[in-house]
Amino acid sequence: MGLPLSLRVLEAEARVYRGVWRGSVVTGFLNPILYLFAMGLGLGTLVDANLPQGIEGVSYLEFLAPGILVATAMQTGATEGAWKVMGGILWMKTWHARVATPIGIEGLLVGHLMWSTVRVLLVSTIFAVVMAAFGVAPLFQALLAVGPAVLVGSAMASATTAFSVRLKRQEGLPMFFRFVVLPMFLFSGAFFPVAQLPDWLQPVAFVTPMFHGVELSRALVIGTTPAVAWWISVLYLVGWIVGFAILSVAPLRRKLTP
Amino acid sequence: MEKIIEARRLVKTFGDFVAVDNIDFSVTRGETFGFLGPNGAGKTSTMRMIGATSPISGGELTVLGLNPMTEGPRLRARLGVVPQENNLDEDLSVVDNLMMYGRYFDMSRSDIRDRTAELLEFVQLTEKKNEKITALSGGMKRRVVIARGLIHEPDLFILDEPTTGLDPQARHALWDRLYRLKQQGVTLIITTHYMDEAEQLCDRLVVMDKGKIVALGSPQELIEQHAPGEVVEMRFGIDKLATVATQVEDLAPHTELLADRAIIYTDDAEKTIAAINSMGLEPETVLARRSSLEDVFLRLTGRSLDE
Repeated sequence: MGLPLSLRVLEAEARVYRGVWRGSVVTGFLNPILYLFAMGLGLGTLVDANLPQGIEGVSYLEFLAPGILVATAMQTGATEGAWKVMGGILWMKTWHARVATPIGIEGLLVGHLMWSTVRVLLVSTIFAVVMAAFGVAPLFQALLAVGPAVLVGSAMASATTAFSVRLKRQEGLPMFFRFVVLPMFLFSGAFFPVAQLPDWLQPVAFVTPMFHGVELSRALVIGTTPAVAWWISVLYLVGWIVGFAILSVAPLRRKLTP
Repeated sequence: MEKIIEARRLVKTFGDFVAVDNIDFSVTRGETFGFLGPNGAGKTSTMRMIGATSPISGGELTVLGLNPMTEGPRLRARLGVVPQENNLDEDLSVVDNLMMYGRYFDMSRSDIRDRTAELLEFVQLTEKKNEKITALSGGMKRRVVIARGLIHEPDLFILDEPTTGLDPQARHALWDRLYRLKQQGVTLIITTHYMDEAEQLCDRLVVMDKGKIVALGSPQELIEQHAPGEVVEMRFGIDKLATVATQVEDLAPHTELLADRAIIYTDDAEKTIAAINSMGLEPETVLARRSSLEDVFLRLTGRSLDE
C-alpha cells in the first residue's frame, strides 16, 4: 500500500494546513460553543421542562452534546472528502502532480484519508474539551467520545471521496451535502432519539454511519446502552472506511492515470 | 550511445479512439528530443506513457531501462515532469511547493532546501521564493514548475508544451533556461506545437499527426528532405484564392492552398515572384522566406500546425 509514501502525502496536507490552522482552530471551538449554548442550554430548557425524567435519564444538554460531537465529526469527514478531492483533481490539479512522482494512486488515496482522519481527530478533540467545559462529563470521559467520532468522520471521508472521485463537475457536491449529509446530520439520533422517527425511516437512520457513532459516543459519555452491540458498530464503521476506499481506487485511476 | 527511451509499435487507445497509433522512436542520452504536432496529435498521450502515468495499450516501451507498466514508482523517481497544466498548490509559497514535491521523492528537508536555493537561482525567482503561487505571473509559475521538476536531479526531463500560453518575453526566458539544461547534458523531451520552439531547442524531433509519426530527423534534415529551398507565401482576399487556384498550382511542382494563403515551394523565390507578377495574380501580400518546420508539417499533412 506504500505506507511511507502516504505519510509524505499526510505531511504535504499538514504543510497546507499550516497556512490556515488559526482560523480552523477558532472555528473548531466556536462551533461546539454555539451549538451547546443555543440548543443544549437554550432549547434544552424547554425540553427539560417538558420531560422531568429527562431523555434516557439525562438532561437535553447531556443527551445532545455527545451526539453533536459525532455529527460535527461526520460533517468534517464529508467536507475533507469533498473539497480536497475537487481541488486535487479538478481545480488546482495537485493530485495530478502527485501521481507523476513515486507516490502512486494507493499512496495518494491512503494519505488523503489519513489526513481527513487527522482533521476529524482535531475537530472532535476540541469539541470534547468544550463539552467537558459545559459540565457534560469529566474531561477524560468526554475525550472517550473522540474514538467513535473519528471512526464516523473517517467513514464519511471515505464515502464522500468515493462519491467525489466519480464527479465530472463540482455541481454534484452541493446536492450531496443537501440530500445526504444534512439529513444524516439531523436524523441520525444526535438531536432526538431515532425511536421518534416514523417506523419506515428508522431503518434508514440505522444504516448511517453517524447513528452507530452517536450510540457509541453516548454510551461512553453518559453511560447509555447502545442499540447495537458496540463491536458490531465498530466493525460496520471500519467496513465503511475500507469499503469506500476500495471503491475510490478505480475512478481515481481513470481520472489521474488514464 | 545509450538509449534512454525505446518505443516499438507503441499504441494508446481510449475506447475506440486511437490516440497513439503504432509509433517507433528512440531517444539517446544527452539529446533534446521533440514531438511536434497540432493539438490532438497524440503528443501528450505519448508523454504520459513515458512518464508512467498512463498505461500503454500496445507495443513495447522502455524508459531508462525500466518498464513503465511494472516499475512505475521506480521510474517516476528518476523522471522530472513539466505537465501541460502547472498544477502547483496555489495557496502555498514557491519554496513550500518545492519542499512538498521534493518530499514525494523521499529527499531530506535540508537537501531540498539546498537544491531549492540553487534552482530558484537558475530559474531567476530567488526574490520570489516566499510569494504565494497566486501572486505570480504565468511565466513565473511555469519557471516554478520547471524548478519543481528538477528538484530531485532527474535523469530525464519531460516537458509537455512548456511555453504554451506565455508571452514572447517569457517564452524566450524559458528557452534560455532549457538551453542551459541542454548544455549541462540533461536529456530533454519536449512536446510543442510551435515550430520555432522545436527548431531552437531540438537535436532531433518527430512530427506527429493523428497519432502517427509522419517524419523523424533533425530540424535541418527534415527541412532538407521534405521542404527544401525557399517558400513564397501569397495572401489573397476571401474567395479570391479559389478563382486563381489552377494558376497558382502551375507556378511550381509543390504548392499548398490554405483557406486564404497559397504556399509555393521553389528553388528561386525571386523568379517565382516575377512569374506571379507577370501572370497578373495580384495577391494582397507576397512574402519570400526560407522554408521551416511548419512547411514540413504542411507538406506532409496538407494542414498547417495551428489549424
